[in-house]
Amino acid sequence: MSKRRPYVRSMDGWWRKNPFFVEYMIHEGTALFVAAYAGVLLAGLFRLSQGEAAWNAWLAALTNPWYIAFHLAALLALSYHTYTWFKIMPRTMPPVVVGGERLPGWVITAGGLAVAAAACLGLLALVWGMAR
Amino acid sequence: MKAPLKRSNAPIFWALFGAGGMLSALLGPMLVFITGLAVPLGLLLPADTMSYPKMLAFAQNFIGKGFIFAIIALFLWHAAHRIFHSLHDIGIHAGTGAKLLCYGSAMLGTLIAAYALLAIGF
Repeated sequence: MSKRRPYVRSMDGWWRKNPFFVEYMIHEGTALFVAAYAGVLLAGLFRLSQGEAAWNAWLAALTNPWYIAFHLAALLALSYHTYTWFKIMPRTMPPVVVGGERLPGWVITAGGLAVAAAACLGLLALVWGMAR
Repeated sequence: MKAPLKRSNAPIFWALFGAGGMLSALLGPMLVFITGLAVPLGLLLPADTMSYPKMLAFAQNFIGKGFIFAIIALFLWHAAHRIFHSLHDIGIHAGTGAKLLCYGSAMLGTLIAAYALLAIGF
């Protein structure tokens, strides 16, 4: 055993000291809501496979205020995920060259957000059309 | 002679992360709104939007089945990958155990979803 006890700087709460990393941790943290929401859907799917009574029980459980609060938080988290996903996209995808010029990052971000908005509205319209 | 380079399995997990991230970025907020808020609270959509006959018919349809499977499985793989890679940031050493736990739960969820969709029938 070495007798040396070199000083090792603590890394506790390192990300709280810099707003950039706070934002990073929040956008990584949206994954917890994505996972939890997928879990809710998976439970629903499983209940659907068990028959009508099981499905209706799951549907009734969703009206519980705790579930409503969870889904409100999940809506915020997933919207933030959408925003950061496309904000980061210029750096995660290969450069797009249009007419010899590199496409600016904000165009990719704005384009992605516009597509996401269209996809969301399209989904709502589709569900509305199928349900009525 | 040198042994051939071991192929990494990272691209598979990364592709699933990317696909799930894209799908949840495009449709996630509206899905949460529809299934978690609009239907339970009776907002905007017809009251029987997610009634048993409608959801059963949707889950028995090929496109519906594929949609449900893609949403659940890819959301899980996206989250598993992101959580796994964030463990280091919160001071947890991300070893084989953590990898098995993260990707293992995504795999388990995927298998349960596949089982339920097959049990629902066509």
